[in-house]
Amino acid sequence: MNFEVISTEIFILVLGLFAIVMDLVLPKDESRKSIGGVLIFALTGWVAYMFTMYVPESVIADGGTATRYFNDMLYIVDNYAIFFKQLFIVATIFTMLFSLDYMQNVLRYKGEFYALLMTALLGMCVLASANDFLTAFIGLELMTISFYILVGARISSNNSSEAAVKYLIVGSVSTAIMLYGISLVYGATGSIHFYDMFRNQHLFSAIGLAGATMIMIGFFFKLSVIPFHMWAPDVYQGAPTPITAMLAMGSKAAGIAVFMRVLYVAFPLIGFYWLPILAVLSAICMIGGNIMAIRQNDVKRMLAYSSIAQAGYMMVGIVAADYPGMKAVMFYGMLYVFANVGAFAALSLVEQHRGGSDYKAIAGLAKSAPVMAAVMTISLLSMAGIPPTAGFAGKLYLFTAVVNQGYLWLAFVGFIMSMISVYYYLQVTKAMYLDEGDGEPIVISGAARAAAVISVLATIIFGVCPEPLAHLTNLASFTFLQ
Amino acid sequence: MTSFPLLTAVLLAPICAAVLMCFVSPKAAQSVRVISASAMTVALALTVYAFFNYDMNAGGMQFCESIPWIKDLGVHYALGVDGISLPMLLLTDLIGLAAVYSSWNITNRPKEFYILLMILIAGVTGTFIATDLFIFLLCYEVVVIPIYIMVIIWGSTKRVSKEYAGMKLTIYLLMGSAFMLVGVVALYLTASSVLGIRTFDMQALAIAGQMGLLSEEFQIFAFLLLLLGFGSLLSMFPFHSWSPDGYAGAPTAVSMIHAGVLKKIGGYGLIRIGLLVLPLGAKFWAPLIAGLAMINVMYAAYIAIAQKDLKYVIGYSSVSHMGYVLLGFAALNVISVSGAVANMVAHGVMSALFFAMIGFVYEKTHMRSITELRGLAHQMPRVATGFMLAGMASLGLPGLIGFIPEFTIFVGSFGVYPVFAVLAISGIIFTALYTLRVLAKVLFGPRDSMFDRYKDAKGVEMMPLIILGIALVGFGIFPQALMGMVGSGTESLIPWLEQIADAPAYIGGIR
Repeated sequence: MNFEVISTEIFILVLGLFAIVMDLVLPKDESRKSIGGVLIFALTGWVAYMFTMYVPESVIADGGTATRYFNDMLYIVDNYAIFFKQLFIVATIFTMLFSLDYMQNVLRYKGEFYALLMTALLGMCVLASANDFLTAFIGLELMTISFYILVGARISSNNSSEAAVKYLIVGSVSTAIMLYGISLVYGATGSIHFYDMFRNQHLFSAIGLAGATMIMIGFFFKLSVIPFHMWAPDVYQGAPTPITAMLAMGSKAAGIAVFMRVLYVAFPLIGFYWLPILAVLSAICMIGGNIMAIRQNDVKRMLAYSSIAQAGYMMVGIVAADYPGMKAVMFYGMLYVFANVGAFAALSLVEQHRGGSDYKAIAGLAKSAPVMAAVMTISLLSMAGIPPTAGFAGKLYLFTAVVNQGYLWLAFVGFIMSMISVYYYLQVTKAMYLDEGDGEPIVISGAARAAAVISVLATIIFGVCPEPLAHLTNLASFTFLQ
Repeated sequence: MTSFPLLTAVLLAPICAAVLMCFVSPKAAQSVRVISASAMTVALALTVYAFFNYDMNAGGMQFCESIPWIKDLGVHYALGVDGISLPMLLLTDLIGLAAVYSSWNITNRPKEFYILLMILIAGVTGTFIATDLFIFLLCYEVVVIPIYIMVIIWGSTKRVSKEYAGMKLTIYLLMGSAFMLVGVVALYLTASSVLGIRTFDMQALAIAGQMGLLSEEFQIFAFLLLLLGFGSLLSMFPFHSWSPDGYAGAPTAVSMIHAGVLKKIGGYGLIRIGLLVLPLGAKFWAPLIAGLAMINVMYAAYIAIAQKDLKYVIGYSSVSHMGYVLLGFAALNVISVSGAVANMVAHGVMSALFFAMIGFVYEKTHMRSITELRGLAHQMPRVATGFMLAGMASLGLPGLIGFIPEFTIFVGSFGVYPVFAVLAISGIIFTALYTLRVLAKVLFGPRDSMFDRYKDAKGVEMMPLIILGIALVGFGIFPQALMGMVGSGTESLIPWLEQIADAPAYIGGIR
């Protein structure tokens, strides 16, 4: 067994165990920030190290292989997987950075929080590398179950408990549907391996097609694609803010990572029948998510609907089903992480100090915490796709890819809806800059400030100069289609 | 050969000022103003240098710069100016400098105001000097958000609230730009598939269009999308309603820049992208544009007569004047297009002067209604001079900037659309009616002692009047300085215009 291939997963698992042990060893009344600090430090180092794992284009050009396997091809590590793992880890690092104080002040079980965050991260990484349905399922459940607990981590809050129960029930239903689909596919084809699927004639039997459909539906639940989105707003609103951020960027990106692999590797033939349906669903997501977001009073809830719309944008790239499309999805996924970090860093600060996240709570934030208000504004504009933020370049990548495949109407919907989204994003800006708040200055910890500022810098730098990130996503999508 | 990157310097001057101001203390209002004014002076000086050093005999894009930027999309950081964009650039910097001075007395958060103003000016500058469509779009979208923030914080609430005005302005412009983006993406991909390389270079796209690589159906479709985008920016009927409301809610500097130059991006884009890249599409839709242009001229002028708020009068007047620009464009010949470009410059200068004067009066008296203001020429002779200059230019008095461009448009369009041209000319009567009525009521008449305590403009407050007044009179007395430059730019359109001369125009069979 080639354990070197799964070194990232082993490393994260060790970190998770470390968090549990540390929590036991530390005295009861001591701050758990140190655990977070160690994890952030270790993960940052590992992300930097992961750049060396990429297989460069020159190797492939020379006829070398870009893909390494573990455990009889059931576990695949290619540039695509490495890119997504980096994305997950970056998202986790930023989330921990801006929420060190939040966890210390708001949550009761702090040590467990870090451990569960690590297991969720582990689940995401497994998802990005899964090459058969069972591994994918394990990854998905590892991630989702960790999130069930994390969503309910604010045990003093009724909203949080309600969100956890809701998430558990809806999540279990979707899991059941997906599992049933997997069993049907297995029954039809006699295999659960992605590589076996697309060659298999039996997949085109009634049972096989029904199974494939159910698997898709399971993914739609996880990605909160309309009409399978009902859980998202309540869960996003009730969960502790850092977890909402992780759900929006990490969990969604993980779902997209495995969804693309299933669609392009396991079901490429069925997939092409699915593409027009996906196009319609993504249009519904963009329209529905953006329209419903307008009516919200709570910024977290607004961001939940906005994240439904963002899932729609990313599905636009999936619909393109080619190399530029994949690249665009990855590019967008990464910049969405940075935009989310900025927005949620500001929001978690507001929630800590003003006990809520509605428009009243963020009123006058520009006076109380000018840096955070600016960060929030720029991050939201990136989500809306206004230059010079990275969102503009990302959307242009997505929509050029899909127009190239003949879906001009989808680009139409996308551009118009992203302009409409500016309306509600600007409502936030208006509340922060124009409305009167309590005017008391908010003290921001250095770590939160660093997370927010770095993410905004990344948003602007990748907006003005997308070349480095584009290169990385090129590399990732190029080897995937090998 | 490495020459001084003149256009980059023009673009960077306001950006550098904005960055610099971020590090200035919020209380140091005077330093903020001085930094902004110096940056705009530098930009204006460089532009004037470019204006006089542009080789009109050679024509074409000059002062070009090009750096590969996003390789996989084929984007280049490419700048250049020709006879069409250089007057627009000059206009931008003139009005930019005037806007800095007319905001001199802002006391509420001056630092933030000037930072946003500089970003706004940089964005507008970028759209006019970009020769790469991507950079053009990027700069265009950059301006939208600063405008929104400036309107909601420093705007004024009269007939509509400033929040409403700001949001209306923003949504209209963004919706227009959504159509435009789709059109541009479609154009980019179609051109890249026939050219074999991915490029946003406007010249390459134009050549693709000229070689007949873009099918007529595609051109018609893409031009419609661009027309929706640029048309709503140019306040083409029926997408004009943001303009009066927006200007009324916006602070003076934003009204000046918006009416003066930002709106002109619409006309500039129609010529630069619509006509050059999609000539057959332009030809197809031209009769429709001419019809809408006529409605713009008549309808907006008619409404302007009934307005009481000074800013609404000028807002509708600017919608009306844009009708002339559209008519000049729709006639699709060298003379009329030259007239359209020149008229954009002329209208830019005079509307900016108008808004500067209104802003000054409003700042002192907090009044904008024609029924309240009267006899101001007694107390404010200098401001009255500004009003008179702008008003006379607006109704096309010979000797001021407005006359020659309008005349050129009529000459050019009469042969193509005689009916519309005659109707549009008759619109001048309405223009004269509302302009003279406003000027007579506000400036003249018996002295009202109520206004005795307000002082006339002096010192720095005179700067907008001086800057814009010089341009207004200068280009009026020496129209060749403007028309020659514009002509050298529109001359390069001849091959495109000849190409479509025989192409039929379909809509409604109006021809």
